[in-house]
Amino acid sequence: MSDIKYILGSFGDPDEMMHGIEKLQENNISIHDVYTPMPIHGIEAKLGIKRSRIDIAAFCFGITGTCCAFALIYFCAVIDWRVNIGGKPSFALPDFIPIMFELTVLFCAFGMVLTYYASTHLFPGRAPRVMDLRATDDRFVIAVDAKDNVEHTVIDGLLKDAGALEIKYNERKYISYE
Amino acid sequence: MGTHNINFSEQFEFTGKVKTLSIVGIALGIAAVAYGFLAGDKVMHERTFANLLLMAYYFACVCMSGTFFLAVQYVAQAGWSASILRVPQAMAKTLPIAAVILVVIISAGLYTHNLYHHWHADGLTDPNSANYDSIIAGKSVFLNVPFFLGRQVVFLGIYSIFSIMFVKFSYNEDLAGGLNAYRKSFKNACIFLVIYGFTTPIFAFDTVMSLEAHWFSTMFGWYNFAAMWVSSLATIAIILILLRRAGYMQWVNNSHLHNLGQFIFGFSIFWTYVWFAQFLLIYYANMPEETVYFYKRFEYYKFWFFLNLAMNFLAPVLLLMDRDNKRTDAKLLFVSIVVLLGHWVDYYQMIMPGAVEEGHNGFGIIEIGTALGFVGLFTFTVLTSLSKKPLIAKNHPLLQESLHHQL
Repeated sequence: MSDIKYILGSFGDPDEMMHGIEKLQENNISIHDVYTPMPIHGIEAKLGIKRSRIDIAAFCFGITGTCCAFALIYFCAVIDWRVNIGGKPSFALPDFIPIMFELTVLFCAFGMVLTYYASTHLFPGRAPRVMDLRATDDRFVIAVDAKDNVEHTVIDGLLKDAGALEIKYNERKYISYE
Repeated sequence: MGTHNINFSEQFEFTGKVKTLSIVGIALGIAAVAYGFLAGDKVMHERTFANLLLMAYYFACVCMSGTFFLAVQYVAQAGWSASILRVPQAMAKTLPIAAVILVVIISAGLYTHNLYHHWHADGLTDPNSANYDSIIAGKSVFLNVPFFLGRQVVFLGIYSIFSIMFVKFSYNEDLAGGLNAYRKSFKNACIFLVIYGFTTPIFAFDTVMSLEAHWFSTMFGWYNFAAMWVSSLATIAIILILLRRAGYMQWVNNSHLHNLGQFIFGFSIFWTYVWFAQFLLIYYANMPEETVYFYKRFEYYKFWFFLNLAMNFLAPVLLLMDRDNKRTDAKLLFVSIVVLLGHWVDYYQMIMPGAVEEGHNGFGIIEIGTALGFVGLFTFTVLTSLSKKPLIAKNHPLLQESLHHQL
């Protein structure tokens, strides 16, 4: 049993990489993940990645913002310190709407940024985790879990056939900027 | 779907049930208007004219926003829309007809004192007259008949000329190919957008806001712009979905609908934003000369007032928020129809309180008949011009991007 954890096929061209994904899938070799320096159309569908749930998070953050804003203004303007503004009732809903709207947007935006950072481990102080540094530059990398797929030579062959420029064997999952 | 089996000369055939129905619609419209003029008294005439103005304005706005859609696509160099441009082009091609109808109705209403009587009547600007109105007199430099009609003709004329130009460039492109037509469209679209942006608010001030000439709101122009733009987007979506269901334009995929759905969703929110911005400032400042507008609408049109918000804000926001709903043609079709009807309600309570005496407004044969008549007219004219040329602009330089559009 070797120490190899991941086999990385590094491609110079996105179309060849897509071709490589097809080849691996035809041979029932499960792909751990794919790293590309730019977004590629249709790759999520091909890899069977589920839709991002950030919209649900956004909705929850937004509703929280609306409720917080309403609670804040209601407490200030109706309960704690009633002020007569132009003879209007203290609880005048149209006045509340701009503030509720703004806090909805604020909570939603900050919440989504934080959610995104948390789920991608991009918060400060965290060393970025990368499997292949060139995937952030000019290479399109397919990562295959070497422990689950034992026939390494077959995988190598398939990747090479599809046009991989380089095959790497990682003994650690991630290399980071050290 | 594959993009290799597209018939680039596919043409729409305007025959059968749709054609019959659109002609029936026009006939019903004429009957309703005739009923309004022949059966009624002066109040009924005003109401008929108000309805004609409403629908003619709606018709012209939807068509000129079709031109605006074309211009936006060219200026943004958007690729996704290249394969659906024939639909807004058909709408743009109809604009001259809509413009003539609108100008005729406005002039007829103006000279028979059925429309705009608030600022166009004997002695309003004469200090010695019993009718003298100092506010109207102060505005008469701008609101006088020759200048008013001149503005209408010039604005609608400019929009029509640009509409015809964009359509012609695209037809020439079909024959000649190359980038020449695209470059010319881009250049003219830039000019058009500047003109359009500055003139539509004035167009809305003239056509609708001057019905209540004492009142004014600087938001009114953008409020109308949002209304006409979102109703035009809904119209484009409806036409595309129905054409696709009838077996035409099979290259239109769910991503194109998704884009239109996003547009309708976003601009419905924009419409609400502008509507509310106008309302809140007037509500907050609470100045009698401004609140009179909302007072009328809240006292005599309360149902329409809230129906307007429900149809144009709540419906699109709640129903189009979900990604899958924008991609499902039945749901997008439903929301588009709601938005289109909703903007009729929107225009109804913009126009009626100023044009019809209090207590004489209503919803009946005239309203439904006139609306059906103009829907029939729109269907007939737009589908006729759509059937003249192939349904795809085959030499559009960004066509492949549109055919492979995926979100």
